[in-house]
Amino acid sequence: MTAGKDSTDDKVDVATEALPGHHVRLATEKPLALDCGLEISDFPVAFQTYGELNADKSNAIMICHALTGDQFVADTHPLTGKPGWWDLMVGPGKTINTSRYFVICVNILGGCMGTYGPKETNPETGNPWGLDFPVITISDMVRCQALVVDHLGIDKLFSVIGGSMGGMQVLEWGSMYPGRVFSAVCIAAAAFHTAQNIAFHEVGRQAIMADPEWVEGNYLAQGKNPTKGLAVARMSAHITYLSDQALHRKFGRRLQGRDALSYGFDAEFQVESYLRHQGITFVDRFDANSYLYITRAMDYFDLAAKHDGILANAFKDTPVRFCVISFTGDWLYPTEENRRIVHALNAAAANVSFAEVKSDKGHDAFLLDEPEFHRVLKGFLDGAIEHWSNGQSEPGGAD
Amino acid sequence: MVPDGKSIRVDLQLIADMIEPHSRVLDIGCGDGILLEYLVQSRHVDGRGIELSAEGVNASISTGLSVIQGDADADLKDYPDDVFDYVVLSQTLQAMVQPKVVLGHLLRISKRAIVSFPNFAHWRTRVSLGLLGRMPVSEMLPYEWYDTPNIHFCTIRDFVALCRDLDIEIEELKILDTNGHIRLASTSLFSANLFGEQAVFLLRKK
Repeated sequence: MTAGKDSTDDKVDVATEALPGHHVRLATEKPLALDCGLEISDFPVAFQTYGELNADKSNAIMICHALTGDQFVADTHPLTGKPGWWDLMVGPGKTINTSRYFVICVNILGGCMGTYGPKETNPETGNPWGLDFPVITISDMVRCQALVVDHLGIDKLFSVIGGSMGGMQVLEWGSMYPGRVFSAVCIAAAAFHTAQNIAFHEVGRQAIMADPEWVEGNYLAQGKNPTKGLAVARMSAHITYLSDQALHRKFGRRLQGRDALSYGFDAEFQVESYLRHQGITFVDRFDANSYLYITRAMDYFDLAAKHDGILANAFKDTPVRFCVISFTGDWLYPTEENRRIVHALNAAAANVSFAEVKSDKGHDAFLLDEPEFHRVLKGFLDGAIEHWSNGQSEPGGAD
Repeated sequence: MVPDGKSIRVDLQLIADMIEPHSRVLDIGCGDGILLEYLVQSRHVDGRGIELSAEGVNASISTGLSVIQGDADADLKDYPDDVFDYVVLSQTLQAMVQPKVVLGHLLRISKRAIVSFPNFAHWRTRVSLGLLGRMPVSEMLPYEWYDTPNIHFCTIRDFVALCRDLDIEIEELKILDTNGHIRLASTSLFSANLFGEQAVFLLRKK
């Protein structure tokens, strides 16, 4: 079962090895075949866990993080000092109750918080991989997470949960490993990236590549860092995570630190100042090449394409209990896209719940205190655990 | 929550009594999931629901039911053939944009369908319309003509005729009178159509 060994040997980059949480090297015996055709083996993976795995290993939940998230779901972030990105959701007594569940979150393949990615060292050159790192996909991220589940000796996850890009991983989990997940919660996601989604990502990538400090992706070897490009990428992406109403409510046309227009190009409006802050703080914790690789993986994502163009085929005869949740104010992965997933699951006669939660906070609503959302998710998990305990994991239920 | 043994609304009880235990059920327009939860608890069915209102959906999922936000007019076409043992369309038919298409889907995706609706030929409706010349407003039909979601009223006879057209067999017809008493309507369609305030049909493909 074990696909890797706990890494006390020191091949991992010192900076990321120093991060709290678990660090392992996986695919040590059998290489991991990537969608791009290349294979990787004996590579570092960083993950965090919360709660206790029970004796029969039946209470494990995999949380899949989004584009700029990481494994620090519910503890203080080691680099920013801020609470974990889903601290509201995950913890003792919270919606995802770590007194009951054993929660795992793996830094995704291609990431920059300790898992194998473009900033890790290429053993052949001794330099960071940069753009020589293989292009990875959402499926590859999920394959990597499955190795972690193997490593922990868990046969079947009680649930896999994720929002945004995390939701895409959830869909891949349900599609690729239907026998290894009992339930799956896909939040504010889509089954493929639309032209608009790709377009926004391309703006971000071009901002990074236009930064002279990017030097064709070799900045780490040359002691440089394309922080300006990465900050702009973050700024433009951040707008897509919010809604017009949320921005208006928060900032309106209010000015920052002044009473009148100054007829210049400082951050005069509060919203400009806010975005600049988002950009500047982001570069302290994120690697520009990782940003390129991960946005690419999202753009490549098209679950139906792998199944003769029919999304329902991705879930044929699935025994997994699905829950899909969207938000009314999310224009990045709107309800329409989430409903497409639901329709495909219906067509596959899957057991699926779907709720559209009213919120005007945009895509980021899944990270925020939305009581209705939390209620629905908790209800779904409570219902699922009842069936999981009753052993009714067959698609036809009690047939 | 509807624990074992608790009673539910009489028309829902009527529907529940038509459903074999351990079957696979889709409840269309399941509201806050009262019937579905009752069926899951007392009949141990594998129950799914579709509901239009966000409040209903969220309430249902919060109690652990598998319910999707959607509507029968748009969402039934996705389901494959014969995946359910029963589909339930309770007090919803008259609000469908395309009731005939929906009815076709019900018996495509399920072996049996249970359809209940307010009978527009009930004597009170006839009195209101025929003698008073007003659109009927009652406890059963509480809406004024200008704000009603009910856009396709029919009578028991109308529905029987539609079933004939669609080659659907009526296995059972039960009616509820004004006092909520159940009457078996197999004897006389005339009296069912006159005294039945609500009709519950158990249907199957011929």
